[in-house]
Amino acid sequence: MQPAASIAGAPSVALIPRASLRWRSRLEAAAMPIMAVLVAMVLFGSFCASQGRNPLAVFGAINKAAFGSWYSFQNTLIRAAPLMLTALCTALPARLGLVVIGNEGALVIGGLTATAAGLAVQSAPVLVVLTAMALAGMVGGGLWITFVGILYYKRGVNETISSLLLNYVAIAFLNHLVNGPMRDPSSLNKPSSYPIPDDKMLPAIGESNIHYGLVFGMVVCLIAWVLMEHTSFGFKVRMIGGNIRAARMAGLPVAAIGLIICFLAGAAAGLAGMIEVAAVHGRANESLAAGYGYAGILVAFVARHRGLAIMLVSVMLGGILASGGILQRQFQLPDATILVFQGLVFITILFSDSLYGKLKFFKEEAA
Amino acid sequence: MTSDSIGWWGVVIGVLAGAIRGGTPFLLVSLGECLTEKSGKINLGLEGVLLMGAMSAYAISYKTGSPWIGAGAAALAGGVLGMLHALLVLRPKVNDIAAGIAILIFGSGIAFYFGKPFIQPSAPQLPGIQLGGWSSLGQIKAALTISPLFIFGVAVAFLMQWFFRTTRWGMHVRAVGDSPAAARAMGISPTRTRFFSIVAGSALGGLGGAHLSLFYPGAWTESISSGQGLMAVALVIFARWNPTQCLWASLLFGGAQAIGPSLQAVGISAGYYLWNASPYILTLVVMILTCSTKRTLTGAPGALGANA
Repeated sequence: MQPAASIAGAPSVALIPRASLRWRSRLEAAAMPIMAVLVAMVLFGSFCASQGRNPLAVFGAINKAAFGSWYSFQNTLIRAAPLMLTALCTALPARLGLVVIGNEGALVIGGLTATAAGLAVQSAPVLVVLTAMALAGMVGGGLWITFVGILYYKRGVNETISSLLLNYVAIAFLNHLVNGPMRDPSSLNKPSSYPIPDDKMLPAIGESNIHYGLVFGMVVCLIAWVLMEHTSFGFKVRMIGGNIRAARMAGLPVAAIGLIICFLAGAAAGLAGMIEVAAVHGRANESLAAGYGYAGILVAFVARHRGLAIMLVSVMLGGILASGGILQRQFQLPDATILVFQGLVFITILFSDSLYGKLKFFKEEAA
Repeated sequence: MTSDSIGWWGVVIGVLAGAIRGGTPFLLVSLGECLTEKSGKINLGLEGVLLMGAMSAYAISYKTGSPWIGAGAAALAGGVLGMLHALLVLRPKVNDIAAGIAILIFGSGIAFYFGKPFIQPSAPQLPGIQLGGWSSLGQIKAALTISPLFIFGVAVAFLMQWFFRTTRWGMHVRAVGDSPAAARAMGISPTRTRFFSIVAGSALGGLGGAHLSLFYPGAWTESISSGQGLMAVALVIFARWNPTQCLWASLLFGGAQAIGPSLQAVGISAGYYLWNASPYILTLVVMILTCSTKRTLTGAPGALGANA
């Protein structure tokens, strides 16, 4: 275990002797989110029952739509890919003790810069186009969140508020560009940029419908996990998150590390934007702001900001998002039902934060 | 009268009208946020509260035929959601900001869920108060048709100023916000004081939602609040946790929001979409100019956001 970021609410375990292996607190870290999700499912089930739907049937339908067949599981994975990346936009700064929620904005900006780069080199070989798009997306998104970091470290501007405001600015930028300078005149109903040529798009993996974005997401999550848990840089980040004054006393360049993390966080979300353009939409338009950024915040908190857990939670939430359609068709439940469920999960997860160290079973025996 | 014949004055009047009409939800949510933050807690969930307020006001106004009952329902719905926020943030180790986002997601989910059937029908609106009778210009008359909730908000702003400055309860709220430990030593319960501050603040936020759906823009849609509840947090910082300054700040923000549409109304549509971002950019600029890493801001509650 590591000194947990204060915002995650995880208990400080520094006082427990290392020798005891601490399996109970490890179990606690895994069991609490699972229990919280179970409680949220019970609450959501009661909600469905109060709306005259059989909760078991609703859960069955969600399960079937998300994981029931190879086809539906592919749909789930396609949705999980951007979630893994946008979740990192919240998860990485969280380890520093910052609450950054500019995921949606960084995704949109990354999508825009990726589109611009892709269009600029569209006649180049496909690998060049995709590399240019990925790099541009990461740099665009990265700088966007770095700006949040600069405001925080130089001016003391609250990072949550500024990152959130920048989401709206990013969406305004998107609307301005696809209605003006970048607009393809042939896109009438839904103003869009010129399209990336079909043969330059991010392809599907083998015979499946799943595009390579999923690989990007998993690889980036793995990198984030190694970086945060197994490098000295990650240790410094966690130290700053644990006790910023101690970190300053130890001579850590707090602001520099913070800005690097902000850049990486934004770059991950920017890459998600690139994937959405290069693998799904083929062009930049308002579909970019489809809420993957906001859902990523939830993923990060449920996964307690850990890289490996983010992959798992993204697949779960991807499945829930994929089941929105079937709830509407089969049960006449509006799209927002999924949002209610997400809200309930978030609330119970936070509630469980306050129970860490309170439940007797998870208490380590004093050694 | 067309806007051409008054030319650029159309823009000025448009922005002025926007300041009052568009500023009212800002005013109510920022007053709510101000009350909550004075007690030492942050409520980012006011965005969800605003949506809940807008939906319940519209739905109840449609069902009962009375916009006033609708506004009451909005305050009630806001208060209930605030109660949920309070139950979360008053527990140990729960981060205010994260709880706010959770309430935002949950509140908007509930609002969209129950609001779905009310997107089509039109509900009775709150009556406007005509203050522009002296003018023959249609635009001025329209601009000075004022929401009763604006009048209410102005009254609350001055009342809240008086409340903080002179009443015993106001002092309790401030004491809890500055130092919960000292307040506890004085025999004030921080938990109870904060609970009431959060619930009352959210009820005010709910009324802001009622203005959105029952006065201006005057319909229930899912994109009706567009981040106004979130900006309340920034507005309160800008207003230095001072209720009367919340009033001026809200007018400024309402005006900024109206720049784009007013310019478009006189035929200038260049950068229309960029102007949409002006309230957000204005908020950022204000925060950049006023924040500092060196000192805490004057008026900031001492224990703001800290977990007690």
